[in-house]
Amino acid sequence: MKELFINSYCHIKNNRIFVDGKLLYSDKVADSLSLFAKSGYRYIKPSYNKFFKMDEISKLGFLAAEVLLSGVNLTVYNEEDIAVILSNSHSTLVTDLNHQLTIDDYNNFFPSPSLFVYTLPNIMIGEISIRHKLRGENAFFIVENFKADIITNHINSLYLAHKANAFVGGWVNQSENDYEAFLYWVSNEGNILHNAFEINKLYNLIY
Amino acid sequence: MEELIEKLKLQIIEQLNLEDMAPEDIDPEEPLFGEGLGLDSIDALELIVLLEKEYGIKIQNPKDGQKIFFSLSTMAKYIKENQK
Repeated sequence: MKELFINSYCHIKNNRIFVDGKLLYSDKVADSLSLFAKSGYRYIKPSYNKFFKMDEISKLGFLAAEVLLSGVNLTVYNEEDIAVILSNSHSTLVTDLNHQLTIDDYNNFFPSPSLFVYTLPNIMIGEISIRHKLRGENAFFIVENFKADIITNHINSLYLAHKANAFVGGWVNQSENDYEAFLYWVSNEGNILHNAFEINKLYNLIY
Repeated sequence: MEELIEKLKLQIIEQLNLEDMAPEDIDPEEPLFGEGLGLDSIDALELIVLLEKEYGIKIQNPKDGQKIFFSLSTMAKYIKENQK
């Protein structure tokens, strides 16, 4: 069986978007993920109105996937063979808290359906999959911090079981005061070996 | 009625996060769902919440939703007739 490689990666952190370690976009004004996501969207111009309806963490994951996959020819793969395996530490906590605000007050009890539907991190995978027509396996792991070996092991097991032959892997996290996305594309082609050591090296490139 | 329609346009843009849309982009007679404004099922639920929260109107029979939310005009007419 052929080895797996990483041939592209994207990092979004501190109001900056990096692709393959190079700065693509930065915003010195935005003071929240909400504002940065909006300015990042205007820069990337995906023309995808549904973006504005997403919760903030889905917007973050969407932008990272948009940038990552813009350089990948997805048409050479079967849609069912592309898996998405992501992770984070805070699940959808910020969205959960926003939803909680709509139901806190008994006398002003109006649960928001559009917030409620985003109170699961798997929904972010759904948004990415719908956008890029990815119909393969998917999983979302909640872990204390980025653990490359968990994602790598899962991708390897899917690959060995012939469940998928190309993957989006990584980390998309939002806490109350911080956010970070790190996504990478794994397939049979590339120069960087797909293993936890190499992935950690790429992850630690951006501060 | 025109004043109510203009108010509804602003409320819908805000509530449904239609960020790339201005009030003048919404034709009051155009269907809200499908080919018109292109709203989806979650938007429909948000419109039900909007009616209750902003106008104190509860839709008793969900089947009526299709007629009430056909367009901005039908929605405004329903509010006028049912607001206490």
